[in-house]
Amino acid sequence: MLTIKNLHANVEGKEILKGIDLEINTGEVHAIMGPNGSGKSTLANVLAGNGGYEVTAGEIRFEGKNLLELDPEDRAREGMFLAFQYPVEIPGVSNATFLKTAINEVRKYHGKPELTPKEFLDLMRDKSKILGMDENLISRSVNVGFSGGEKKRNEIFQLLMMNPKLALLDETDSGLDIDALKIVSNGVNIFKNKNNAVLVVTHYQRLLNYIVPDFVHVLYKGKIIKTGTKELALELEDKGYDWIKPDLIEAETA
Amino acid sequence: MNKIPEFESTKEWYISNFKSFEEQLNGQSKTFLHDIRRDALVKFAELNFPTLREEEWKYTSVSPILKNNFHPVIDLAQITFSKEDLKKFLFPGFDFYLMTFVNGIFNSELSDISGLPNNVVLGSLKELSKSNPGLIKEHLNAYTKIDNSFNALNFIYSTDGAVVIIPDKVVLEKPVQIIYINGTDGSNILSTPHNLIIAGKNSQVSVINNYSGLGENLYFTNAITEIHTDENSIVDYYKVQNENDNSYHIEKLQAHQKKNSIFNHYNFNFGGGIVRNDINSILDDENIETHYYGLYLAKGKQHIDNHTFVDHAKPNCVSNEIYKGILDDDSRGVFNGKIIVRKDAQKTNAYQQNKTILLSKSARIDTKPQLEIFADDVRCTHGATVGHLDDTANFYIRTRGIPDELAKSILIRAFANDIVETVKIEQMREQLNHMIFEHLQRVEIIDSEKSR
Ligand SMILES: Nc1ncnc2c1ncn2[C@@H]1O[C@H](COP(=O)(O)OP(=O)(O)O)[C@@H](O)[C@H]1O
Ligand SMILES: [Mg+2]
Repeated sequence: MLTIKNLHANVEGKEILKGIDLEINTGEVHAIMGPNGSGKSTLANVLAGNGGYEVTAGEIRFEGKNLLELDPEDRAREGMFLAFQYPVEIPGVSNATFLKTAINEVRKYHGKPELTPKEFLDLMRDKSKILGMDENLISRSVNVGFSGGEKKRNEIFQLLMMNPKLALLDETDSGLDIDALKIVSNGVNIFKNKNNAVLVVTHYQRLLNYIVPDFVHVLYKGKIIKTGTKELALELEDKGYDWIKPDLIEAETA
Repeated sequence: MNKIPEFESTKEWYISNFKSFEEQLNGQSKTFLHDIRRDALVKFAELNFPTLREEEWKYTSVSPILKNNFHPVIDLAQITFSKEDLKKFLFPGFDFYLMTFVNGIFNSELSDISGLPNNVVLGSLKELSKSNPGLIKEHLNAYTKIDNSFNALNFIYSTDGAVVIIPDKVVLEKPVQIIYINGTDGSNILSTPHNLIIAGKNSQVSVINNYSGLGENLYFTNAITEIHTDENSIVDYYKVQNENDNSYHIEKLQAHQKKNSIFNHYNFNFGGGIVRNDINSILDDENIETHYYGLYLAKGKQHIDNHTFVDHAKPNCVSNEIYKGILDDDSRGVFNGKIIVRKDAQKTNAYQQNKTILLSKSARIDTKPQLEIFADDVRCTHGATVGHLDDTANFYIRTRGIPDELAKSILIRAFANDIVETVKIEQMREQLNHMIFEHLQRVEIIDSEKSR
């Protein structure tokens, strides 16, 4: 579904991603872990098409298409979804209007008719129930006055509503208490099936108890330095990152 | 040798034209209004039109306005549209009293003030100055003074305007919509309404002053509005300025507030080639609240200048001001927010904020707070920002499959929301949002779900 080859990317002239290779197939859950500042959000932003990040080398193919040629909206329409680390507030525009606009734009792209008001309402009821969201949240402005946890939950609500092929979750667990974490993970697990895929970005192992990854990659200073299975995440939780950091290992053996 | 002041010939024209104007007035020259006119003419002769050298007009050149001689209107224009046509200018969805002015002159056929409670006066300055001069004489001209040549010009040539008088203890349930249709009936019209809104003790009223242009003619609206809020009264005054983009619009509004009164001024500016609003309040007693909410939207070569002045004369009052603007193309905005806290006005709480978004490289805003504080125990805060639509927010929206243009519209709506949501008449809000997109010529985002 997604193939990343030798990806290099800059922010404000500084190289952050320094050659990433990653392959994600349908039905898989991947986790990217790594200490703060290692480039996890950068990777998520580059995948979603944030214009503030400059790709200097490498390629990304998504469902056979050259992703780097697509605008963010076209990536979304092709089935890419990014749940933000810091979701944005949009005063004056309700969640309902925002999502209806989003869903219908995607449908239009695929030559499908707009959802009827009833279809939309039913869908919304359905999905908000999964996340235990108050129905009046729907008429509130997007993320305005939401707590950090409510914002994260709202990202997963949007994920369920839009039902993309690939879900990128950037630190979705941060700011969540254990109950909210369970609800949000449950939402992601309901989303997950054999025809889609999930890429979880986190620097805590905690989330991965609930969203169980098939592969765990460690990102450090813009490179994937180790790939393993869910046991790797537990090991990292236990021992921290130092034991696999190549610069530290080199320093020790020198 | 004295230099001849700029715009001298225009000034001369307005002076010499007064004679023929006076002759056409017939009976109207017998009312007390005419004494006001003559006094203003003397004052006008002493003044000169403002130039960029004056601090108050530093960023706004009026010379395009003065390249023309605009003709005052005495009688009602030929009306070429019906009550039905009028509807597209009105805010729909709620009950209201309606007063219509065409080129500044009251049109009773296109008005509807039936069902007014006892002793509430809604009417035309022209009519009332003849039929009930005592009623308005004590108020007219009592709260404002002539600050510049344009104010004087209004006094000289104004023959009509809206009068709203709410007696003590009356709460007028339905808002008053006053619609000004300007620019009909020939070119170079000077429309000079002089409005008066008097709220008695413990009274409440909402007034929507809606200035609209019709057709493509060049015209000039030069208005004065006087507002008096007596003790414990609440006045909500909505100005919606939607003149033709090539017309000129100047209004001076002077509010005079008494004890425990609340004055809310909402100022929406869409149209006009050159626009200058002076909005002044005197907080002349204790426990007064003044709220100024402004939104200005300009495109093309529009120039919109808002000068506000909150005069804290007495202790324990609150003023709160938020002005926001969106400027596109080569348009220019000016914001000057003056606050004076006089020596007596201890425990004043004054807040002011101005935020502008520039949508193009060549749009420009000149913003200036002007705080003069003479009391020592006060809280006064102000801030001004100029920026662009937020890239991160734009990206967020686009990652949901929404195209760039629509994402920008969503952000415009979000930016304007601070102001739009303050509008108390809820039915006006979606229409105001609609006007934003119509004016900026951008794809519209309609919130059918009514966000809160
Ligand atoms: N918009 C930006 N402007 C400047 N530097 C940035 C920006 N985004 C990320 N960076 C820098 O890139 C590096 C990686 O950041 P990020 O991808 O957010 O890391 P992570 O998500 O792994 O914590 C950090 O050094 C950070 O300071
Ligand atoms: Mg991050």
